[in-house]
Amino acid sequence: MAKHEHVREPLFHIAKRDTPAWWRAWGIRAIALVLALVVSGLVAFLLTGENPLKLYATMLEGAFGTSRRVWGLMQNLAMLLCVSVAVTPAFKMRFWNIGAEGQVLIGGLAAAACMILLGDSIPHGLLLLTVTVASIAAGALWALIPAVFRAKWQTNETLFTLMMNYIAIQLVSFFTYRFSVPKGSGQVGVINRATHAGWMPTLGKYDYLLNILIVLAVTVMMAVYLKHSKHGYELAVVGESESTARYIGIDVKKVIIRTMLISGAVCGIAGLLLVSGTDHTISRDTAAGRGFTAIMVSWLAKFDPVAMILTSFLIVFLEKGATEISTAFGLNDSFSEIITGIIIFFIIGCEFFIRYTVRFRRREGKSA
Amino acid sequence: MKRKSAFLLACLTAGALGMGVLTGCGEGGGSGELSKSTIKVGLICLHDENSTYDLNFINAMEEAKKNLGLSDDQIIIKKNIPETNECKEAASDLADRGCNIIFADSFGHESYMIEAAEKYPDVQFCHATGTMAHTEKKSNFHDAFASIYEGRYLAGIAAGLKLNEMIDAGKIKAEDAVMGYVGAFTYAEVISGYTSFYLGAKSVCPSTTMKVQFTGSWYDETAEKEAATTLLSKGCVLISQHADSMGAPTACENAGVPNIAYNGSTRDACPNTFIVSPRINWAPYYEYAINAVLNGTSIDYDWTGNLSTGSVLLTEVNEQAAAPGTQAAIDEAASKLKAGTLHVFDTACFTVGGKQLESYKADVDTDADYTPDTEVIKDGYFHESEYRSAPYFDLAIDGIEQLNTKF
Repeated sequence: MAKHEHVREPLFHIAKRDTPAWWRAWGIRAIALVLALVVSGLVAFLLTGENPLKLYATMLEGAFGTSRRVWGLMQNLAMLLCVSVAVTPAFKMRFWNIGAEGQVLIGGLAAAACMILLGDSIPHGLLLLTVTVASIAAGALWALIPAVFRAKWQTNETLFTLMMNYIAIQLVSFFTYRFSVPKGSGQVGVINRATHAGWMPTLGKYDYLLNILIVLAVTVMMAVYLKHSKHGYELAVVGESESTARYIGIDVKKVIIRTMLISGAVCGIAGLLLVSGTDHTISRDTAAGRGFTAIMVSWLAKFDPVAMILTSFLIVFLEKGATEISTAFGLNDSFSEIITGIIIFFIIGCEFFIRYTVRFRRREGKSA
Repeated sequence: MKRKSAFLLACLTAGALGMGVLTGCGEGGGSGELSKSTIKVGLICLHDENSTYDLNFINAMEEAKKNLGLSDDQIIIKKNIPETNECKEAASDLADRGCNIIFADSFGHESYMIEAAEKYPDVQFCHATGTMAHTEKKSNFHDAFASIYEGRYLAGIAAGLKLNEMIDAGKIKAEDAVMGYVGAFTYAEVISGYTSFYLGAKSVCPSTTMKVQFTGSWYDETAEKEAATTLLSKGCVLISQHADSMGAPTACENAGVPNIAYNGSTRDACPNTFIVSPRINWAPYYEYAINAVLNGTSIDYDWTGNLSTGSVLLTEVNEQAAAPGTQAAIDEAASKLKAGTLHVFDTACFTVGGKQLESYKADVDTDADYTPDTEVIKDGYFHESEYRSAPYFDLAIDGIEQLNTKF
């Protein structure tokens, strides 16, 4: 090593912050949001020549313009939130469950199968109960399989849960063909449209209110479970260190299996709400990628179920707003995805500046 | 932290409830005087311009707009609307925006369009490729299709002439004139399509047979390319398809095997192998339905466009790949089809299990048990797309072999 009289200090370096005050963290997030809006506005202007302010107004209009859109937004928010809450206990345990898409789909498939096969033969109340139990059980089972393999044989849960998605998708394809109406069309169509058998009831004239309330209840219960129950504590310890967990007498295998069962069951609820609650059909598109978006929502909220209301709101709002932009200005949907991408980039990027600080080289540091 | 969470939760709940109340008054559909300058038209598409299927609908709407003299802001197009509850939301939203008539382009949109039609009785809902309007009997819900089997029959003639050219040139023997067909699903629309294509080819090349490979998806480039490759490996010397990607045409161009496309010309990408492509033009239906709304007349439950309405079109024949005289032969058959002197599904031209058919009940009224309900053979031919616009020809005729039927 060459000998230097002065060690050259780099132009800037990155240091970890202490836990920042909440106002500071939120301040950084606000700045990031403003920057995101400015940059996406600039990109929008350069690409389309439209006034950025008009674009933002259109986004708001798309999300909140009519009561229907507000309800639509809330419904989408609830569904994304439900899946995000579902993956959270597994993530907190550092069990990378990226199989939520499949767990939701298989739950939905179970609901649809019960509605189709038992639609005429048992009373509606009993059918709804069967549909509910079946979809929750199916979601739980789909999560249980990789959990058991991980607990007993240390298989890689990321790959395992990912592969389970494809199996679920293919199963749904197979059964949509078997159940298709008309023959061979590959479409199930709305199940029991005349009798509404197996459909979840609606509260008054609000189609989505029951869904939203159920998801809200699940979210609150999950928050309590994670923060205030012994189970919640155990899975956090397993996440921090399996050895520590074993040392203090936690049955790691049991915790892994139990947590994944809960994770899968909540995914099953999401499948139930989608099939029996709103779509009344099943297809490969039923989960609509929520199983993957949920990963981002859960991470952004730092595994806090209540904060996930905010992060899923952000994602759903961006989706709705961006889609409205492409409809209103006759642009391709890819354009709205560019805008969404820019905004999410800033939002995720700002978390870095919350946890770390950038220190520039001080003037005196320059060699004289 | 806990307090912050509780605060957030409270804010969001209150905000959500507040918004629901504030915006509680929904706007109804269009009202007041309806004229060419005030009518609003909505279109719901499964995908966007990147899919040839949806592009065909978007282009047709553009054409109808021009022909009717409507302005840009009278047409609202919603793209990438899946075949789920989102479709009902999209249709309702279009009605809220004052659309007087709303079209949807994908088969799976149908049930959700019906649900929207029930909620907005003053708005007309028109659905392409659906099967339920004639049994639902709602004054504001309609299905439409085109007799695309006639277009495929004409394209089949082009295929048959190409086979004859190969036989005459000594490239293949007459009994080796095997065609391949890449199909999406074992659905009547696909069966009707490949059977009419085969019958068209057979009308000029009697020795031809056909193999069909299904993919189980309307759009899957890899699967379609693989299916085409499978067919080529089984000795097919010409290929056509009923699926929406460039998979099969690309496989054909790479192998130098002639291809009959669908939905539009693939000549740019496949200059040496593309012969001709039938397609549906939806503009005549759009104009018919929009005019009906303007004039206050009713729209048919089922509307079937044909060669005469300009709904069934063939692209230009690619002289570089087609046999000589193809265009003339197509024109001649087209005029006979228009005049009604030629029928695609003439029972004298095909057999099922070695026998000519005299009677057949098809599943025209859609039900979960696929119950055959309507006699469709009369006057010596199968009456396709007459009892409802969507095809219901689902017979397995002799000369066509399905290689896989799991879809």
